[in-house]
Amino acid sequence: MGRVGALIARHPIPAFFVVFAVFPFVVPYKALATQVLIYGLFALGFNLLYGYTGLLSFGHAAFFGLGAYGTGVTLARLGVTSVWAGLAAGLVLAAAGGALIGYLCLRRRGIYFAMLSLAFAQLLYFVGFHLSWITGGDDGLRGIPVLPVGLAGVRVSIETPLAFYYFVLVVVGAAVAVLKRILDSPFGAVLQAIRENTDRAAACGYDVTRVKLLSFVFSGAFAGLAGGLNALYLQVVPIDTLYWTTSGQVVMMALLGGAGTFFGPFVGAGVFLILEDVLSVFTESWPLVVGAIFMAFVRFLPRGIWGTVVGLEIMGGLDGPPKPPERSHTPRGTRGVARP
Amino acid sequence: MMELLRTAGLSRSFGSLQAVLDVDFAVGAGELRSIIGPNGAGKSTFFRLIAGELPPSSGRIRFKGRDITGLPQHAVSRLGIVKSYQITSVFPHLTVFENIRVAAQSRATAYNFWQKASALGAVRDRAERTLVAVGLAAKASHRAAHLSHGEKRNLEIGIALATEPELLLLDEPTAGMSPEETEATMRLISEIAGGRTVIVVEHNMKLVMKISQRITVLHQGQILAEGTPADIRANHRVQQVYLGGA
Repeated sequence: MGRVGALIARHPIPAFFVVFAVFPFVVPYKALATQVLIYGLFALGFNLLYGYTGLLSFGHAAFFGLGAYGTGVTLARLGVTSVWAGLAAGLVLAAAGGALIGYLCLRRRGIYFAMLSLAFAQLLYFVGFHLSWITGGDDGLRGIPVLPVGLAGVRVSIETPLAFYYFVLVVVGAAVAVLKRILDSPFGAVLQAIRENTDRAAACGYDVTRVKLLSFVFSGAFAGLAGGLNALYLQVVPIDTLYWTTSGQVVMMALLGGAGTFFGPFVGAGVFLILEDVLSVFTESWPLVVGAIFMAFVRFLPRGIWGTVVGLEIMGGLDGPPKPPERSHTPRGTRGVARP
Repeated sequence: MMELLRTAGLSRSFGSLQAVLDVDFAVGAGELRSIIGPNGAGKSTFFRLIAGELPPSSGRIRFKGRDITGLPQHAVSRLGIVKSYQITSVFPHLTVFENIRVAAQSRATAYNFWQKASALGAVRDRAERTLVAVGLAAKASHRAAHLSHGEKRNLEIGIALATEPELLLLDEPTAGMSPEETEATMRLISEIAGGRTVIVVEHNMKLVMKISQRITVLHQGQILAEGTPADIRANHRVQQVYLGGA
């Protein structure tokens, strides 16, 4: 695992595509693989805000839901026939939601911030519930068509589960690559500085509130894209998409996998959904078991599954003992924290 | 000497406590100034006011002729006033190099989403220079949390220095250091002071007397005396405050 881990660390995006190219043949059925990709992207977007910027949002269902309704309404109600336009509409709506909700939440810190984010998401839930002429209300938004996708000038059908999976893989993979790029950029470095020490980041000359707001917009956009994909996948947007339990799930996924690591949220989403899938065969109270596992993780493996693997294998851990320098060090070429 | 910073009637109270009271203070470009005073004299609060960390209750602050009173800290920082912290304040889980680089990078834009942070040549060069200047080149890849106390104090200065401030405020840079570390850090400060304006709050009298061009003495939030080290040493009121109690 050591060498594999190091390889993934060095080439995260190719590794991502390789792993997920074979993934649908490993899990019990294709649809589960698709769900892992979608929720993985959702958790990744959440983690941009929580794991990298240090802002715990309890209302990420808002962005997932805005993305889902944005895409769903565009395709089912407005008669747009381009899947890309539908996804773009969801993404833009969620990013705009991120800007507005972020602007309002960032006026407070800590637990008040978290409570505000939860409150705004619940607000949106009730708006969605009552605006049934657009959203379908309690019945959900139905009638989202399965349209062929224009890919490089060719219209490709995505009707079979496997074709749909690979379509999602292309979109999610591109989003993951973009997110990686953002995190490696100077902006990404500022995000981490803010997470580590907000006051000092401000003292260095960074407009902390503005950077946090942008992080909100990005986070909302990624979550919204995931929501849009979920709308295409389900062909319906259930009102639960906006419900606070969705926010709770994404927090659990990110923490289970390892917040602050790049792929942790994906691993967390995978484990969560597979657990749900397996356990719900035996008992209706599967959340009880998942909850117990989650608590055990928080207590005993606070860095999550991927965080622990990466911490042990690659970099001696976030809080582990200091690693002796590998060689006489020259700062040139020192790279960012290689948390894959 | 061109005047760089001036405060006029600068005051700050916390409830009924007057931490800084009616301070008229000026420092010239290129000067190495020390601010001394007993505990609770208002030195740190005075620094926080200048750096924009706290808004003053009243009074004005001018920097390079421009009124900067009430500007937020990041804006003050961008104008060229940067402060190091009395209680070490670094980015613990980032490496030493990343700590310095993110500070060096702050003079470029924060809103660069697409380049690699490690690919900014000028930023990297400045970070490397700073790293060498504060003597932490050998520790570049260590996490800041794992440094010794003395090293953290130097990193503390390095983060401030990497932003290339015109006015550097050092709040007790040698706090908690061994005598040898203190000596080394004071040499470092003298080197830094070549070509930039530095104001130091420091308790170690011997060193303050040695490195400062001028010294300002604060007492109960007010300026008690100001002058060359020799003036201050000879000042009767300063002796009273320090030796005879307030």
